[in-house]
Amino acid sequence: MASTEGQQHPLAIYLWIWLLLFVLSAFSYMVDYYQLQGMLRWTLILLFMFLKAGFIIAIFMHMAWERLSLIFAILVPPLCLLVLVGLMASEADYTFLTRLEMFAD
Amino acid sequence: MSDTIASDTGEAVIKEGLPGVVGDWSGDRQAFPVPWGKAMMWIFLLSDTFIFGSFLTAYMSVRMTTTVPWPNPSEVFALTVAGQHVPLLLIAIMTFVLITSSGTMALAVNYGYRRDRRTTALLMLATAALGATFVGMQAYEWTKLIVEEGVRPWGNPMGAAQFGSSFFMITGFHGLHVSAGVVYLLVVARRVMNGFYDRKGTYETVEVTGLYWHFVDLVWVFIFAFFYLW
Repeated sequence: MASTEGQQHPLAIYLWIWLLLFVLSAFSYMVDYYQLQGMLRWTLILLFMFLKAGFIIAIFMHMAWERLSLIFAILVPPLCLLVLVGLMASEADYTFLTRLEMFAD
Repeated sequence: MSDTIASDTGEAVIKEGLPGVVGDWSGDRQAFPVPWGKAMMWIFLLSDTFIFGSFLTAYMSVRMTTTVPWPNPSEVFALTVAGQHVPLLLIAIMTFVLITSSGTMALAVNYGYRRDRRTTALLMLATAALGATFVGMQAYEWTKLIVEEGVRPWGNPMGAAQFGSSFFMITGFHGLHVSAGVVYLLVVARRVMNGFYDRKGTYETVEVTGLYWHFVDLVWVFIFAFFYLW
């Protein structure tokens, strides 16, 4: 929890997370290097992405030690973006089909 | 502290969990028990999340709607090193440079709270140097793409025209954030060096600067996954 002295944590936790971020980045690069395709590729990319994002927010940005009120205020609103992604994806499908219909040779 | 209330027995208890959220938000006092600079930085980063989120959603839309094949990023961003064709090499190096800078920044915040002025300033300068390296590599990447590959915002020889506009918009905006972050880091590092925060009595500004820098790294995690690997 935040006090007047701020966020003080042992150095070791930062070093471990740092190492973990390196390893996870190497893994996501490997996904491309070995040209994994299909569902396996998307699953691994998203898994490594969310793990990296989670560790950066929770440990490096100290979110894990903040009060729940701040965590909710910052992390809940971006969920709106999922709605936008859903709307745009369905619209994009429709546009794509229309283009196929109208522009196909 | 302000997030304590008096119980029936008169001793202070801290509400945690959901009752704590309700208490913090509905109490007739400051909602977030953190320095105001930190709360405002978080809210700024929240707004920035929406900017980058919208960019990436727009990129998803144009990529899904185009009837022309999307250029393969693995090939477009490949480098030939010592006769070896390595896919996505430059982007991988840029990713590691940015993660390294995030690590040095996290250490800088830690040493700041220990009141170790010299180490904090040096770690922040190292972070700024790594950030500048990142921007330099990005400038090289842009030059290569524009001059050698002929990528333009309105078209390119490899496939869908929207590739260029998405690429320049997303990485350009991110590069702008990194550049601004380097300036921000240098300004705060200078103040750490001349003892400004010792006189002020708190090093929380270093942590707030760190929040911005980690966010820049965070955005890159998403760009790397969605633009370069997808």
